[in-house]
Amino acid sequence: MTDTDLVRAIQHGDRRAVARALTRVEADPGGPLAAALYRHTGQAHVVGITGSPGAGKSTLVAALTVVWRAAGRRVGVVAVDPSSPYSGGAVLGDRVRMGRHHGDVGVFIRSMATRGQVGGLAQAAADAVRVLDAAGFDRVVLETAGAGQAEVAVADECHTTVVVVAPGGGDDIQALKAGILEIADLFVVHKADLPGADAAVAHLRSALDLGAPAREPGWEPPVLRVSAVADTGVAELAAAIDAHGDFLGRGEAWVRRERRRAEAELRRQLFARLVAPLLARADLDGPAGPVVERLVARQLDPRAAVDQLLAARAGAAGAAAAA
Amino acid sequence: MAERKIRVLLAKPGLDGHDRGAKVVARALRDAGMEVVYTGIRQTPEMIAEAALQEDVDVVGLSILSGAHMALVPKVIERLTAEGLGEVLLVVGGIIPEDDAASLRDLGVDGVFGPGTRTGDIAAFIRAHVPARNP
Repeated sequence: MTDTDLVRAIQHGDRRAVARALTRVEADPGGPLAAALYRHTGQAHVVGITGSPGAGKSTLVAALTVVWRAAGRRVGVVAVDPSSPYSGGAVLGDRVRMGRHHGDVGVFIRSMATRGQVGGLAQAAADAVRVLDAAGFDRVVLETAGAGQAEVAVADECHTTVVVVAPGGGDDIQALKAGILEIADLFVVHKADLPGADAAVAHLRSALDLGAPAREPGWEPPVLRVSAVADTGVAELAAAIDAHGDFLGRGEAWVRRERRRAEAELRRQLFARLVAPLLARADLDGPAGPVVERLVARQLDPRAAVDQLLAARAGAAGAAAAA
Repeated sequence: MAERKIRVLLAKPGLDGHDRGAKVVARALRDAGMEVVYTGIRQTPEMIAEAALQEDVDVVGLSILSGAHMALVPKVIERLTAEGLGEVLLVVGGIIPEDDAASLRDLGVDGVFGPGTRTGDIAAFIRAHVPARNP
């Protein structure tokens, strides 16, 4: 199927075409299909769900989907899990928590591995979100792999970022503050049926009271207690996410976020195109092999090594231009 | 274009909740460089076919220890075919008598793996038989 056929089929709600398109953008992030889809996107409210491993992100996504479906929303999910840095394989287990939605054509769930490329996941995930956007899903959820302190890129892909924490990790919450406090539009203290939930809520609220970085003037990130297992707080969370969408939609904020998404996209594609040829050259099994050996032997410092690789590239480009 | 990863859906149909074997296979295929979507236990044929469609997998693996394979597998094949996924490589693992294994192959199962199978053999079988295609 050509990219044009695929784009048309996606817009007609052909689920097989959506699945194929997701495979294609994953194999060729930022490629021609992603480019062809771009102008058909921008309708969905994109919601990022992030937090540490085991915080209950997948369970929460499944529970939110129930609420949104009851309200007549169509829900697309991109659920990311890590790839092995050694084999390149992955076990993608997010569907285990999402079995409730089968037989419902208003839900589409896709699992995705990080695949370990520099910037590769971010591009593939952003493209996957756009496939579901173009297919007419009005809520598109991007569930990250379990995140640590510095993984804040999800905020560049989404209109609304939800940071999920579990109780019992007071110190963890402290640790989360520096990176993740700044990107959250909403906080969820999940597994609120467990001891320690009150303390977790109090920690977050007190941290916010110290003066949360004003990501969006006029929006105070709420801290919500949710237990998907006990089915408490899920409807409130869905309502809070919708309220954030309405808040963005009322003013300049939606436009500002769209602008940030577009800028992130540009930066990423520019970076990928500039850097990919260099990375290929820096392949340890390839031309950079001897350079690595000289680094290990301390015959060369990293800065000089990079200078050499860049000079080699300029030389190759010059030779190509002369030929 | 990046290399194409083999994507495998691993599911346990029916009511049998013993998923140790499925997890061992999931881990082994991961270590063989494949992307394994694990659905968990108690999957209906409809759920399996739908997940296979959404995940656009190359391979569907069913783990069945309950003895219900002759009832479940034909239904999974029927649903996969109905979803237009007839060309997906279908492998079945579990406690499956030789006669049944032959019947399953006649029904269209590509590979049947019983107790004692080395996980490396499953990965090698998938690699050798996965349908070629353009994404």
